[in-house]
Amino acid sequence: MSPIPSIELLWWEGCPSTERAAEALRTALVDVGLPDAEIRRREIRTEEEARAAGFPGSPTILIEGRDPFAPQGEGEPPGLTCRVYRRRDGRVSPIPDPDDLREALRRALADRAEVSK
Amino acid sequence: MSIEIGAQAPAFGLPDTEGRRHAPDGEVATVVVFTCNHCPYALAWQERIANAARDYAGRGVRFLAINPNDAERYPRDSLEAMRARVAAEDWPMPYLRDEDQSVARAYGAKVTPDIFVLDAERRLRYRGAPDGDWDDPAQNAAWLRAALDAVLAGRDPDPPETQPVGCSIKWKLG
Repeated sequence: MSPIPSIELLWWEGCPSTERAAEALRTALVDVGLPDAEIRRREIRTEEEARAAGFPGSPTILIEGRDPFAPQGEGEPPGLTCRVYRRRDGRVSPIPDPDDLREALRRALADRAEVSK
Repeated sequence: MSIEIGAQAPAFGLPDTEGRRHAPDGEVATVVVFTCNHCPYALAWQERIANAARDYAGRGVRFLAINPNDAERYPRDSLEAMRARVAAEDWPMPYLRDEDQSVARAYGAKVTPDIFVLDAERRLRYRGAPDGDWDDPAQNAAWLRAALDAVLAGRDPDPPETQPVGCSIKWKLG
C-alpha cells in the first residue's frame, strides 16, 4: 500500500479560487513531507454533476475520498457555488486554512500508516 | 455590457430589507456594491467595505449594497436571509434587493463583490475590486478608498478600473 494518500481537487469554473487552493494544497503537502503527491483535479460542470459528486462548492478537497472540511450534521446542499471556509482566526475565506489542510493531511497519513501495520 | 468609465450610470430605485426605496442620487459620491450572502469573497471583503462606508459617511459618500442573485437557486440570498443578516450584523449601508436583476444587468456587474463609484452626476469614476487581496484585511479596501479620495478631491481615480474578483452573479435561468 502506498504511503501517499489519494488527493483530489474538485472545482467549478465559476469560482476564481481553484489555483489558490491548489497552491495551498501543494504547500501543505510539502510541509507534511509529501512533495511528490499527485493532486488529481476534477471539474464539476453541471448541477447534475454537483449532485452526483455531493459537491458542496468550489473548491472541495477530497483526501482518501473524504471531505475533511465537511461540517458536522447537515452541510450545504450540493450545487455550483463557491464554498465558504473559516480560517482559524474566524475570518471567512474561499479556501481552507493552511493549518487545517496540514492537519487533515497528517491525519490521513497516520490513518494510512495504521492500516498498513 | 459594462458602463464605460466617465459615462453616466443608469438610474435605479430599489427596496432595502425594510421596503424603503433607495436611488444613487443626491450625494457627492455613491458607491454601488453588488454583493450577496453566500459568496466567500463578498463575505471576506464585507467588513472592509463596511468600514469604508463608515469612514466616508461624513464626507458626503453614500454606499448602496445590492444583492442581485437568483434566490430560487441560492436560498441564502433570499430577501428573508438578507433581512436576517442585516438584523444580526452592523450594516452601515442599506442592503437592496435587485429581484429582477435589471440593475445588475444595466451596470454590467459580473461578480460579488463588484464595486462602482459614481460621482455627483452619477458618472462612473471607478469600477472593480475593493483592494488587491481578499485574504489580506490590512489592505483595508485601499483601491476603493483611493478612488473615493480622488473623486472627493476632484481628480480622476488612478487606476479607474481594476479586475473585480469574486463569485459569478447567479443569473436567473431561462
